[in-house]
Amino acid sequence: MRETLLQGVLRPPLTENPPADDDPELLALAATVKAAAERTLGRSLAIRHVDAGSCNACELEIHALSNAFYDLERFGFRFVASPRHADVLLVTGPVTLNMREALERTYAATPAPKWVVASGACAADGGVFAGSYAIAGGASTVVPVDLVIPGCPPSPATLLKGLLALMKGRAK
Amino acid sequence: MRARIGQSTLATPETWRAAARRLAEGEATLASLWGDEGGMRMAMTKVGEALHVLDFACDDGAFPSVAAIHAPAGRLERAACDLFGFAAIDAPDARRWLDHGRWPVRHPLGRRVAHDGAADPYAFLGAQGAGLHQIPVGPVHAGIIEPGHFRFHASGEAVVRLEERLGYVHKGVDSLTRGANVQRAAILAARVSGDSTVAYSVAFARAVEAALGIEAPTRAHGLRGLMAELERLANHFGDIGAICNDAAFSLMHAHCGVLRERTLRAAQAAFGHRLMMDAVAPGGVAVDLSAEGTEAIRTLVREIRSSFPGLVRLYDNTASLQDRTVATGVLSADLARRFGAGGVVGRASGRDFDARRDHPYPPYSDLGFKVPTRREGDVNARIWVRIDEVFESLDLIETILARLPRGPVRAALPSSGGPREGFALVEAFRGDVFAHVRLADNGAVARCHLRDASWFQWPLLEAVIEGNIVADFPLCNKSFNCSYSGCDL
Repeated sequence: MRETLLQGVLRPPLTENPPADDDPELLALAATVKAAAERTLGRSLAIRHVDAGSCNACELEIHALSNAFYDLERFGFRFVASPRHADVLLVTGPVTLNMREALERTYAATPAPKWVVASGACAADGGVFAGSYAIAGGASTVVPVDLVIPGCPPSPATLLKGLLALMKGRAK
Repeated sequence: MRARIGQSTLATPETWRAAARRLAEGEATLASLWGDEGGMRMAMTKVGEALHVLDFACDDGAFPSVAAIHAPAGRLERAACDLFGFAAIDAPDARRWLDHGRWPVRHPLGRRVAHDGAADPYAFLGAQGAGLHQIPVGPVHAGIIEPGHFRFHASGEAVVRLEERLGYVHKGVDSLTRGANVQRAAILAARVSGDSTVAYSVAFARAVEAALGIEAPTRAHGLRGLMAELERLANHFGDIGAICNDAAFSLMHAHCGVLRERTLRAAQAAFGHRLMMDAVAPGGVAVDLSAEGTEAIRTLVREIRSSFPGLVRLYDNTASLQDRTVATGVLSADLARRFGAGGVVGRASGRDFDARRDHPYPPYSDLGFKVPTRREGDVNARIWVRIDEVFESLDLIETILARLPRGPVRAALPSSGGPREGFALVEAFRGDVFAHVRLADNGAVARCHLRDASWFQWPLLEAVIEGNIVADFPLCNKSFNCSYSGCDL
């Protein structure tokens, strides 16, 4: 253990620079945000993830946000275990009819002010599963959505830009 | 019953039940049980023998329950009944599995009946005794994981019974693939379980290729092998770290997270997508490997070889961590064998099976590699099998790269020219994936059935947690790492 800890001290950090303020992908995402979270809550956002029917690829990339390269928490984001503690619901997957009520109840349990981010092609509009008898559709068919992050799945870099866009909103 | 296409045998009630008894007696392993047009189908494997498929025509809408004789068939049978509306005679569990009552239709793949979408009640199995209490968990869980419901009965801290209820992420993959062209069905197959997207794409592609009687080019086989081993590495790093994290040892999690990220970046550089989604296609692969991509994989292998052994030592030398993993969540060898538990779960309990070796397919048929096994069957054993498999995967990657021939990477698909079907068994990181693809005259997919390894692992998790404390459930669960989406479909 000492060996591992010592190396951690001696080696430079792996954490990468945040996206630039004028990053085109960041600006494009920010342009779709109506009310930036920072104005209301400052630089601290608690995120509750809800898998509403995903294939689990989106979850893998959301997990990656917490690794040493992206280090999501340095920006003031953190994942919380309960919707009661959350400011943001991060919804993945096409909303299955079997998950619809669970998503509605999770949304109802989240205190206002709250934001909903639909993450990935399925949460956007049902993706490749659209048209199935078992699908309600994208997240916006069940809960009001503030931001859609595209991708199948969205890469951690894109997810990070999306969350920063939600926090900061449109450039002044 | 539809026209039969060879390969499979038509069963009578007697031969169907006799086959179930052979499974129960361990003479063969259940590969899958699923519904098709007009009847039920059962696939069985035996090491060293070809796949055996038995068909039962449900002319009066019913078939003799396999689960009544061989319990591991239970959930597959319930799922097939939900989708096709067949009745399983003498079934031990008549409750619906995938159908929670929330769809606008019953039996979406069989005789469709409109339904009002009102949720069905679900009677959980009970447990009686003084001081027992229930703990309902999910479908929305505390972490970043998939949804499912766990109903615990606990006596103080000790779990007396766990019952799983899944089906929450049922997206209707079987219905969406029906009538789709091969390209569209391949995209859906790649999204049955995102963490195993390469394995699913290979399984689907091999079943299509078997149906059409073609073989992918040799270079494509090599590239599929590279992708499959990269996928195995990425998932094993993720799992080793996450299991340790569930024992509050986040140092291991952080370092394994770095290796996982490096693996995904190498995959992006080599195959254009971090998870390599849609990189495998029927007929071969959709992306060729460039010189830069080769170098990215070689660099990755060097990095893992230099840093992973230190992490293994860290795990091995941390007594407080082993205190949580050793002797926790023990899966008996007998249960692993009876359920045909694939992947790490089976191999950590002495079930020496790996589809890459035991039902060989290229590139593995030409490669020598060890299949690591353990006997203890606890969380620690499941970690060690993963660790040992990491080193095997590194060797495989190096060998495949060294032998990778030049040449085309994709064969054109001929027209089907009539009804055809094919089967495949492919080793994903969590165990064997079974695929059945039936093509119609016009080349469209008439039926696509994909069976995840988790079907036979989830029920074992219920057995494993018994007598353990509630706080060890995350450890046990993560050490299994079953797929929700892969079973809910």
